[in-house]
Amino acid sequence: MQEITRDILVNRACELLSNGTVDRVLGWKAGEFAYDVTPALFRSCEELTEGFVWNDFCGANFSKYLVKETGKSEAKVLVFLKSCDTYSFNQLLTEHRFDREKVYVIGVPCNGMLDPKLLKDKAEGILSVTDNGKTVEIETLYDGTVTVDRAELLPDRCVNCKSKKHVAYDELLGEDGETVESARFDEVARLEKMSADERFEFWQNELSRCIRCNACRDVCPACTCEKCVFDNPNSALENKAPANEFEEKMFHIIRAFHVAGRCTDCGECSRVCPQSIPLHLLNRKFIKDIDSFYGDYQAGAEVGSRAPIVNYTTEDLEPSEAVERGDE
Amino acid sequence: MRKISIDKLDLLFAEIAKTAKLYLPVDTAAGAKYEEWAEGKTLSNALNTVRSPKDFFFPQTENLVDFKMEGKTIEIIDTREECEDFVIFGVRACDVKSFEVLDRVFLAEPVDTYYKNRRDHGVIVSMACTRPAETCFCKTFGIDAAAPEGDIVCHKTADALYLDAKTEKGEAILSAVSALTEDTDTTAVDEQKKLIAERLEKLPLKDLSASDFGAGKTDEFFNAPEWKELSETCLGCGTCTFVCPTCQCYDIKDFNTGHGVKRFRCWDSCMYSDFTRMAHGNSRNSQLERFRQRFMHKLVYYPTNNDGLYSCVGCGRCISKCPINMNIVKVMKKLGGKKNG
Repeated sequence: MQEITRDILVNRACELLSNGTVDRVLGWKAGEFAYDVTPALFRSCEELTEGFVWNDFCGANFSKYLVKETGKSEAKVLVFLKSCDTYSFNQLLTEHRFDREKVYVIGVPCNGMLDPKLLKDKAEGILSVTDNGKTVEIETLYDGTVTVDRAELLPDRCVNCKSKKHVAYDELLGEDGETVESARFDEVARLEKMSADERFEFWQNELSRCIRCNACRDVCPACTCEKCVFDNPNSALENKAPANEFEEKMFHIIRAFHVAGRCTDCGECSRVCPQSIPLHLLNRKFIKDIDSFYGDYQAGAEVGSRAPIVNYTTEDLEPSEAVERGDE
Repeated sequence: MRKISIDKLDLLFAEIAKTAKLYLPVDTAAGAKYEEWAEGKTLSNALNTVRSPKDFFFPQTENLVDFKMEGKTIEIIDTREECEDFVIFGVRACDVKSFEVLDRVFLAEPVDTYYKNRRDHGVIVSMACTRPAETCFCKTFGIDAAAPEGDIVCHKTADALYLDAKTEKGEAILSAVSALTEDTDTTAVDEQKKLIAERLEKLPLKDLSASDFGAGKTDEFFNAPEWKELSETCLGCGTCTFVCPTCQCYDIKDFNTGHGVKRFRCWDSCMYSDFTRMAHGNSRNSQLERFRQRFMHKLVYYPTNNDGLYSCVGCGRCISKCPINMNIVKVMKKLGGKKNG
């Protein structure tokens, strides 16, 4: 199988720019270091050649940017999407958040993106990062070259990748994969087994670190309200900082409820959290419950699907039954 | 200069904790954070705490005043209390400098008494950085990681901690722990300073220059076309402003208690859509304007109002934490002309 390199992506993007299919490209731009890759818009082949990067740190999911980007111009925008990103893409289409005709999607293969936080746990003074497949070599300022197993640098969302399959694209680079059986609900199951007090303590400990920067909300592809209730001075819920610890939990729990059935489990919330709060676990709890109450459902797997919790059928679980199960 | 053997650090902390609350950076699963010292807690070697020590003087939320209503009377309750003495141990050179940036805002007339109360009672024990990170660029702003400011300046080697009091507050602490420490010359510290100086010269951002920016440069940069590209994918979250040791903007809000009002202030972020919202609406309606405000404030407006002092200290927290990896280094390189080419 041909390796899909950075140059293949750049060449294809240049072709699509020059033949007029698209007039701009949403891609990853190289930063100061190996790991500080920035989402950026490229408008010419020169810009792509100079700054485009495709490496182990292209974790950002571009789907949400399309809401704003497609509103800017009649011309198509080219976007590169990893398999997990395509679920968010479909979910946004299901919610009519942008016009599919204004986007050209190239699906790109992904072997799991590395987590800069884990990288920095392994090495100090990082000068360069080289991926050798099974291992990663980190050139450092003080400790020479540090070699680490690649698997140790993967964030939870990649360790527990749910799908190597692209569910939306106009063209695909490389071969498509399949959905994957993962252990992504194991941690949720562990929390479910705790007593209520233990679980409260777990979340109290995690959420008390929240600084209310809103990065989780602002990056979340399921959070596309034009005016978030927490930013609306007329909502009586607006707050820039918590008055007490209870409010902090309110924010995250309300957000988890709001995206329930729509969250594709892309994991962006946990990726961006500056305080390393495992926010994805809240969403996975909802996904796990929906799966067990209504049968397996994956948001974004197909455009137009209705989440079980907004789709009444006569066979639906009675609310009382859900409550009883929660008490178990 | 005084010296204490590294295996006696616990005794030192215990002795300091007898005179004042002692806070120090400790390692947690979510990175280093300041915690109150207690038996068994050990000093982290991490460079940066995730949250900066500005929290000690300018907490994220703070009750300012309470109003209590009974019938038709309103009682105004001043919630201020004289703060207890406290010691912050292990503050890095960049973060120590950030206190000067905050002081110029909060201690200028009219003095912010809430801030001053804590500042007066806080003692800063700083720590030189022997292993600066690739994201460090304090030198850009004239800060020396080998020689931090502070009430007491510390240098930690493999076997000893060296302490040098620089102020009366610092002298008082050192004399309280004098039984544990011994006099020493500066040989070991001088050696370490030399090593740090060599290491600073190897940092990837060592040549980053701020000299293109500074007081009076508003017109030069305000309408620069580069702001569009730089801000284009900004999410508008508040991460950079909240992890920043010098960001000092806040909002004042009323919390309805049902029988009165708790008036509190909380950190605000110029990245937010409702920042400085007034009766007429918002003064900066696009993310480009909000983004520009943050960096112009750090590099141009603040120096203009504060004798040329920049309000960035090069700690690198924004480099590590921005969800899209946009940061002040990229802004300076893009806008800062040939020097940063």
